[in-house]
Amino acid sequence: MTTVTLASKRRRAALRTLAFMSPWLIGFAVFFAYPLISTVYFSFMHYDGFNPPTWSGAKNWTYVFENYPLFWPALRNTLWLVVIMVALRVLFGLGIGLLITKIKTGTGVFRTLFYLPYLAPPVAATMAFAFLLNPGTGPVNSLLEKAGIPAPGWFNDPTWSKPALTLLALWGIGDLMVIFMAALLDVPTEQYEAAELDGASPWQRFRYVTLPNISPIVMFAVVTGVIQTMQYYTQPLIAGKVASGVIQGAGTMFEPGYPDKSTLTLPQLVYNLGFQRFDYGSACVVALVLFVLSMAFTSLLMRRRGGLMQAGD
Amino acid sequence: MPEVPRKAALVLAASVSVALFATACTGQPGSGANDDASKDTTINFWHAWSAPNEVKGVQALVDGFEKAHPNIHVNVVGNMTDDKMNQALRTGGDKAPDVISSFTTNNVGKFCSSGALVDLNPLFKKAGIDAGRTFPKAMNEYTQFDGKRCTAPLLGDAYGLYYNKTAFEKAGIKQAPRTWSEFEADAKALTIPDGDGFKQLGVMPTYHGWETTTEHLFAQFSPRYFDADGKSNVAKDPAFEKAYTFQKKLVDELGGFQKLEKYRATLGDEWGPKHPFHTGQVAMQLDGEWRLGMAEEAKPGFEIGVAPLPVPDGQESQYGKGYITGTITGIAATSRKQNAAWEFVKYISTDTDAVVGFANAIHNVPSTLAALKSPKLKYDPRFKTFLDIAADTNSTTTPASINGGQYLVTVQQLGYDYESGKQKDLKAGLEKAAHQIDTDIAQAE
Repeated sequence: MTTVTLASKRRRAALRTLAFMSPWLIGFAVFFAYPLISTVYFSFMHYDGFNPPTWSGAKNWTYVFENYPLFWPALRNTLWLVVIMVALRVLFGLGIGLLITKIKTGTGVFRTLFYLPYLAPPVAATMAFAFLLNPGTGPVNSLLEKAGIPAPGWFNDPTWSKPALTLLALWGIGDLMVIFMAALLDVPTEQYEAAELDGASPWQRFRYVTLPNISPIVMFAVVTGVIQTMQYYTQPLIAGKVASGVIQGAGTMFEPGYPDKSTLTLPQLVYNLGFQRFDYGSACVVALVLFVLSMAFTSLLMRRRGGLMQAGD
Repeated sequence: MPEVPRKAALVLAASVSVALFATACTGQPGSGANDDASKDTTINFWHAWSAPNEVKGVQALVDGFEKAHPNIHVNVVGNMTDDKMNQALRTGGDKAPDVISSFTTNNVGKFCSSGALVDLNPLFKKAGIDAGRTFPKAMNEYTQFDGKRCTAPLLGDAYGLYYNKTAFEKAGIKQAPRTWSEFEADAKALTIPDGDGFKQLGVMPTYHGWETTTEHLFAQFSPRYFDADGKSNVAKDPAFEKAYTFQKKLVDELGGFQKLEKYRATLGDEWGPKHPFHTGQVAMQLDGEWRLGMAEEAKPGFEIGVAPLPVPDGQESQYGKGYITGTITGIAATSRKQNAAWEFVKYISTDTDAVVGFANAIHNVPSTLAALKSPKLKYDPRFKTFLDIAADTNSTTTPASINGGQYLVTVQQLGYDYESGKQKDLKAGLEKAAHQIDTDIAQAE
């Protein structure tokens, strides 16, 4: 009798727990588990979106890795952006945050000025940058030429297109700046006072007081930055299109990545393969590569966080 | 708080995902042509036109149809991109289109092979219409694939040469070039360098020079993209090598790729009033028939000349030909009103007065042989050049392929690599492109 009561109590508790968890569980199943399983399933199928899928084995995987000329350039570009762009965004965001927290007057004005670009829609911002960085008519190159500095080709030059995209990303640094400012203002002032009494230099105060205190936020900025950059789609596509001068007209075919595949990213391939070439199988392979890379980067960062996070974080 | 029962959570998550997963393979919604076209019905028509005069033209075309078929009402949705249409064709439903029209003739192969659009051949046969005698040769070709005619032409585009007559006179050139060697000489004579750029450029020869794509330019060399077995002919047909070589030579002679690309970045965009042909920065331009109206509207300040594009030396007898493309229309396989949809497609693509009226409204080339000869056709005398190109039996188009225009993208990519100097060995590049085209087609099959 006691056992039965105990068992039924446990069952009720379990059901209650599941009931409370069900919104998340359903969300997880619908928006993560099912799409993931489907993506794996379709990556082994020949599927054009119109006819029923047919089994094709590893054909899509072989095609993407061995015969799809855009895959490796897109992967290289995506990794370049993940490493360089994310690092620079975190450094720049932290730098601006430090600068503004140190300013005594006009903090509100600077905060607004740095945050405003973040609110610009990505398409408009990219088009504005394509105009500003136009190698022939853009004001940036005019100024550089007047100063006697060799002007780059920016979005029209394969060597400079990714740095130009990085500049665009740094321009919209407002989100990170706000997060870092909040973290910096949270650092206990008594720790700085103690460090000063011990004769710590400004660099030592930053290294041994500021950084350990804000390390969880740095971690957050890096992880979310990596995930966002893995999904980088709009800006490189628009920049490439505008700079190439090719606007899809009657009968013209457009392949993303101008100039010379340098602005290709993996999400562009997913769209190109799935929705433009009706090759959903190969699109799923690229999507899975993205998923695995995101998981690998995130896991690596979370494992390494020991060096960045304080004990107890 | 008791520990979360892992097994229960896993079972719940798994069962939900399996249930959802099972719905992934339900196939397409039912479709068919069982509707009665004589009964009162409404069909959805999606098109890609967006300019005010074009939208007005489409509405006039629809009004004409509704007058002739009072029981069939047409719900028109404009400014639709191919990507949106593809998704709607896949999903179907009440809001999805029964009839679509697209600017991308290159997609015909994809539409036919996937079954996204219905085969119109039986319907043409039933209506007693011989498509081969109704449409110009090139248009008849690009609206079908692999024995299926899943689209019909809905007006066309013909490509020719626009030239600045005033600049020609100043340079002492008497007439439009008829061969590529004449064209090359004229382009050099018309080019006036100015420091890092140009005061005037004879022609913008790079493949990013708006409509100067490989598919448009190469048409003058009459290449055969595929052999009889459906394999890529790019490495075997000497026309490709000639075309790539000619363009590369022109790029090098007019200042080199870097200089031209830098100059191109300073020029206005293709669809705006500051197009470099309008502004006099470029003296010759390969373009479609729509450029004439756009250029005149921009008040260029010089006389515009129009001619067919040159032909290779030794092929002067074929002068007058050009590249043909256009808008296509078709019936969605998911439509439940295919008979009513066919009445609409038949009217807009084969009714002479309807085609002529629409061509007059949006200044495109009519897409039936009867409409091309119609006395009701109104046009600027120079527009006749494009009508003649469209009617020329030597005019060509690019063949439909199972994966749409992917092979053209590969040909174009080789063009980019070769003109920039990245691909130095053209023969090796052609071999690689041919292999890529065959691989892509095998992947799509």
